[in-house]
Amino acid sequence: MLRTPLYEAHQKAGARIVPFAGWEMPVQYKGVLNECRAVREGVGLFDVSHMGRVRVRGNGSLDYLQYLTVNDVARLPEGGGQAQYSLFCRDAGGIIDDIIVYRLGVREFIIVVNASNRDKDLAWMRHHRRSFASSDAAHHADVILEDETNQTALIAVQGPHAIDLVDALSDREVAALPRFGLDESVVAGVQTLMARTGYTGEDGVELFCRTEEARGLWQSLVDKGGVPCGLGARDTLRLESALPLYGHEMDEHIHPYEARLGWVVRTDKKSDFLGKNVLRDLKSAPRSKVLVGLEMEGRAIPRQGYAVHAPESGDAAVGIVTSGTFSPMKEKGIAMARVDAAHAATGTPVDVLIRDTRHAARVAPLPFYKNV
Amino acid sequence: MSEVPPDYKYTKSHEWIKLDGDTATIGITDHAQEELGDIVYVELPEVGRVLSEDDTFGTVESVKAVSDLYAPIAGEVVEVNDALTGAEAAINDSPYESGWMIKVKLKDPAQAQSLLDAATYKSEIGE
Repeated sequence: MLRTPLYEAHQKAGARIVPFAGWEMPVQYKGVLNECRAVREGVGLFDVSHMGRVRVRGNGSLDYLQYLTVNDVARLPEGGGQAQYSLFCRDAGGIIDDIIVYRLGVREFIIVVNASNRDKDLAWMRHHRRSFASSDAAHHADVILEDETNQTALIAVQGPHAIDLVDALSDREVAALPRFGLDESVVAGVQTLMARTGYTGEDGVELFCRTEEARGLWQSLVDKGGVPCGLGARDTLRLESALPLYGHEMDEHIHPYEARLGWVVRTDKKSDFLGKNVLRDLKSAPRSKVLVGLEMEGRAIPRQGYAVHAPESGDAAVGIVTSGTFSPMKEKGIAMARVDAAHAATGTPVDVLIRDTRHAARVAPLPFYKNV
Repeated sequence: MSEVPPDYKYTKSHEWIKLDGDTATIGITDHAQEELGDIVYVELPEVGRVLSEDDTFGTVESVKAVSDLYAPIAGEVVEVNDALTGAEAAINDSPYESGWMIKVKLKDPAQAQSLLDAATYKSEIGE
């Protein structure tokens, strides 16, 4: 099992540690409800060092990433300083991973990938570095991939007071950094790459730093009032904000238009990219399955894998819950579910089958909660 | 260290029972509520339901986890703690008192002797 540079800090703080994607990660400290509240009302801190970080550089790096990702990397300014959400897709359109592409400069990028997909993504990236090169040999030697996951740490600072907290420790005006902007910044004496990104539906930043400086940076953020939060709170917060999670809302058998991610796919991108032809056709094709939000009418809690039925219908399910939880903000069960298009309109009543009993729910607008 | 009152009986699946003549009060242990985290939902049986030993009598859920509740002993449900609905945190705050779940009229009170005593349960949870 792998450990992040903050493992000992988590243990000392009394976190409950669980295995996650090959890492020993904190699932909670004092409690998921308490941690969710910290992020919604103050500042929460997340160790997300388990997420994969791959540096891509060289003269061919822009063309290479244009081919590998579905969003348009050329929309990021040449000089760097901006990030974009994107996807790796198979040629058949299925999603290999959802990623964030951080542009550092003309020929330099960092790709952040899901921990659970890091090995697969690296193999995919290396494979296509070769096949990409075959069409233009000059680029081959000029796309350099470096997995920096073990040399760096990644700390997310999230919540309505996150910007103020980091600003007080930083050499720059953090509020001036636009959403999805990034810049080199010194925070609490530590050299970081600061990005105004996150996965909670709140404002905040994510800080990349060197492994050996992570502990000091984390402690400085805690001392300023940041509340350490675990993966439990992170999952609940992202679901309230309807942010999709790989393996739940998407996988290799689901294409972006079935995962509410059509906006990410730039079929108008001039250059060719993996999945382009199929995705262009899918874009205008009628959808059979749609990802929707569900809010329970009663108190029962929907969970991943539970069947969704049309009320008063026979046995056949019309959908399946992809993620479900108790929502501290809504104070009831919420879910995302993939349902037949006929049952996808907001307000449509459905039943969720929970332990052999049908519980009434309603298709709800997404996100359930939004504060940025 | 979690609390394990000496005068209760316990199961390996972390339920407790408190005997009062031929009636038993049942809930989950302090250790169980700690493991689950913030409890936000509990599903309990109707009064009148007849339980056999090891029957699933309900479900308790935290934000992230779902856990079945098992009947430690056979009997008929005579009372359900309705006050837990909407106030499930009582199970976290007071697992042995206001967090009780059901009362059961026992088929055979002598069966209770085969349940774990406090010392055995403590060693079961490594304390």
